Amino acid sequence: MATDVQDVLGESIKRVEDPRFITGHGRYLDDIKLTGMTHLAILRSPYAHANIKSIDTSAAKSMPGVLAVIVGADIPYNPLPMAWPAGGSSGIVNNVNMPRVLATDSVKWTGEGVAAVVAETPEQAIDALEAIQVDYEPLPAVIDAEKATQPGAPQLHENAPNNVVFTWPVGDKDGTEAAFKDAEVIVKQRIVNHRLIPNPMEVRGDIGLYNPGTEEYTVWMSSQTPHIQRLLLTAFVTGIPEHKVRVIAPDVGGAFGTKIFCYADMALVMFASKLVGGGRPVKWVESRRESYGSTIHGRDHITYIEIAGKKDGEVTGLRVKTFANLGGRLSTIGPGIPTTLYARVLSGCYKIPNVYAEVTGVYTNTTFVDAYRGAGRPEATYVVERAMDLFANEIGMDRAAIRRKNFIPPDAFPYDNPSGLGTAVNGEKIYIDSGNYEPALNKALIAADYDDLAKAKAEAKSRGKLLGMGLSTYIEVCGVAPSKWIGAVGEGWGAAMWESSNIKVHLTGKVIVTMGTSPQGQGHETTYSQVIAHELGVPMDDIVVQHSDTQGTPFGYGSYGSRTSSVGSTAAIKAADKIRDKARRYAAHMLEASPDDIEVIGAEYRVKGSPEKKKTLQEIAFALDLGFSLPTGMEPYLDETAYYDTPNCTWPFGTHIAVVEIDEETGDTDLIRYLAVDDVGKKINPMIVDGQLHGGIAQGVGQALWEQAVYSDEGQLLSGSMMDYALPRASWLPSFELDETVTPSPVNPLGVKGVGEAGAIASTAAVASAVNDALAPLGIRHLDMPYTAQTVWRAIQSAKGGPA
Amino acid sequence: MTEHIALVVNGQPREGDVEPRRMLVQYLREDLELTGTHVGCDTSQCGACTVTVDGKAVKSCTMLAVQADGATVQTIEGMAGADGALHPLQQAFWEKHGLQCGFCTPGMIMAAADLLTRDTEPTDDEIRHAIEGNICRCTGYHNIVAAIREAASTMRAGATAPAAASTAVNA
Repeated sequence: MATDVQDVLGESIKRVEDPRFITGHGRYLDDIKLTGMTHLAILRSPYAHANIKSIDTSAAKSMPGVLAVIVGADIPYNPLPMAWPAGGSSGIVNNVNMPRVLATDSVKWTGEGVAAVVAETPEQAIDALEAIQVDYEPLPAVIDAEKATQPGAPQLHENAPNNVVFTWPVGDKDGTEAAFKDAEVIVKQRIVNHRLIPNPMEVRGDIGLYNPGTEEYTVWMSSQTPHIQRLLLTAFVTGIPEHKVRVIAPDVGGAFGTKIFCYADMALVMFASKLVGGGRPVKWVESRRESYGSTIHGRDHITYIEIAGKKDGEVTGLRVKTFANLGGRLSTIGPGIPTTLYARVLSGCYKIPNVYAEVTGVYTNTTFVDAYRGAGRPEATYVVERAMDLFANEIGMDRAAIRRKNFIPPDAFPYDNPSGLGTAVNGEKIYIDSGNYEPALNKALIAADYDDLAKAKAEAKSRGKLLGMGLSTYIEVCGVAPSKWIGAVGEGWGAAMWESSNIKVHLTGKVIVTMGTSPQGQGHETTYSQVIAHELGVPMDDIVVQHSDTQGTPFGYGSYGSRTSSVGSTAAIKAADKIRDKARRYAAHMLEASPDDIEVIGAEYRVKGSPEKKKTLQEIAFALDLGFSLPTGMEPYLDETAYYDTPNCTWPFGTHIAVVEIDEETGDTDLIRYLAVDDVGKKINPMIVDGQLHGGIAQGVGQALWEQAVYSDEGQLLSGSMMDYALPRASWLPSFELDETVTPSPVNPLGVKGVGEAGAIASTAAVASAVNDALAPLGIRHLDMPYTAQTVWRAIQSAKGGPA
Repeated sequence: MTEHIALVVNGQPREGDVEPRRMLVQYLREDLELTGTHVGCDTSQCGACTVTVDGKAVKSCTMLAVQADGATVQTIEGMAGADGALHPLQQAFWEKHGLQCGFCTPGMIMAAADLLTRDTEPTDDEIRHAIEGNICRCTGYHNIVAAIREAASTMRAGATAPAAASTAVNA
């Protein structure tokens, strides 16, 4: 370890995770084999809405290999917890209905679990499901969130009249009303942000293992939040003491929000392991088809937009009413997504002075809806970006010009957002930390040849194509969240949201970093290593990052909401600060100098003015860890933990531009260019940042063009397999053209903001803008997504007065 | 009831008794403990289970183990050299950040391996079509395409060097 160790912070270092993944040595949940493993399968309701009259398990119990058949009445656990109510502690009523581990009296969506089989092999478990007889009394179903609130709609829950979970107002109702009264122009539009199935490539699964000797449980789960799941499963669901449970997330094959939550199967494998042979391991892995009904969906909003302003393009008011479909019962933080993470950021990057939103959370006979990549912010971005386009079109103003006119100016930060995040509760506010929106817009416009758009449209038209260019000038809120704000406002996990890191420098000088966050493909082992290598001056090869096991890592809230780089990395830096401080004090002891006279250059601790008097971190760690010669009051070992609470969220932004060509004859829509200028602050590893953007963009484009979860009126999921749900394929997408501006976040020492969701937040709105731009010459004002050939063809035919 | 099968997997002769309904992917993952080949769906759409059978990319969730009797199968575990040297595709996926969560990666690499045996200089469009049966949810395919392009280039350079040497010997 010397001063010439290359500083890796900010470099596109190859990922340290990759060798195991590219050689087939990753270890995902279903790769784990334990001695005596048994297999669990879940019988799921074929009805969207039904009462359960009886369940006969007798035939299944005698099937080959069957060890146990479990129904809901057998399980003494509580329903799953709801951890993020709408409105937090504001007194808003949330009519809560949570899933039980297995349904007992009724089912509320196709796919809700009603019974389970544990058998020697997965095939035997599945075969035995067929022998369980459930007597259902089918009930009428309702799928659409708006219709579900109308008189006469089928009712799901006694405690939720008109299927309403909550009605949550936010913003200044009177001020917004006044703004609309004074407005020169008002534009209104109903838009649908349709339902999505997140589809990480690895489905979910769990393994439960009970040890009758210690009465301890080990639960492996494909999860983004092992510490939180241990807390929820013990304190709320099972009543098993928290210290008797260890949760491990092995390699996780993508998640995109789906693996944040507490699911019934997690408790079920714990229960089953104790039941079967007094502690045989029990594995459950969902099939993809099963996943479509048993793992959360995303989005599904119906929104009425009203935007008010002046003829010169100044927007003075935004009023929004949203019906948010939350499914048949609530997922862990379902109500938090369309409230805190949506309505509180509706005004985006614009200085709209008057904003008012009313969100109605609704039960329907569908799979529960919760956080999917972006979680509320893509929905908010879609609303405000469509609103800006519609307003611009109404007054005949250029879409880029209207954005420029209404941007929050760069000297207005920290900015107090009127739609709610800045609303003080007990003095606690969240501000938009920083921003400089116009340079990103200008850069993107130049790269996209925006000034030549008319020419490009004419050229395309000559080929029978309708060309459209779409803009999305988004902001995103990352780094959730200051615990003081959560405590005061009550929005968030119902718990603090700091992060944690422990660093140990062992006798050999090797560094082990354990983190409270849990990756699902983001490359945390690489980026944290880069941060610690920079902080301590040690080579990355001497650092290992461990995570995702409640035994051996400090409690942390996990990875979601693009919070790891801003909150997690800062925790790591704080731990490194403590390491350096102790090393400096011990170096002073070794060198017989005052700690104040020790300067730290990389891994070298030198006496100021006498550079030959120095010790390396490795030498210091060796002596300190042995502890033969410690100064009074100093503990042996170089081992420090930090818990870090962020003072504020971070706010990435940027401009995305999509260019589409629509075949006027067939409606086929082709994304021909995609450009993105993102400002995510400083970057720990630019290669990884770009990768996050690519993936996010593809998912957002997928929503705009192809993906849609479709239910029949009876509540059958028609897009129930990958053959019916159109995930983006390589040949449907172009390569993406990325650029950047860099406005460091003032919130954390690295100046980072977060990037996991930005692509998905911006891109749906950009593509929607492009398609609507392409169709505008036909007189089409707004078309809802996804823009499949059929949808676009029908719109074109209808506009031309033909069959629709 | 089981059937006896014998095949070559990653250069090793393997044999065993399998249920007729056992899929090749289950045989590889569970019987041979080659868990690098993944299962991502149940409709042969995602391609996470792609291996090569007699040199051709096959979704191993679609093929019965008994159908592989007598075949030569290669999985991701067999791609690196005996000395651990990475295959150019593995190296390029690493260099170009062609993976994030890694779950689709083995199948993606095997599909690409098939492509590069058929076409040593594919265009980006040809690469995108060749991996159309393999879904990646993390990367947006951008860096996967770049990785396959890079591997093709490396393999062409590798192919010309020994070829030139052997020509010289023959001359």
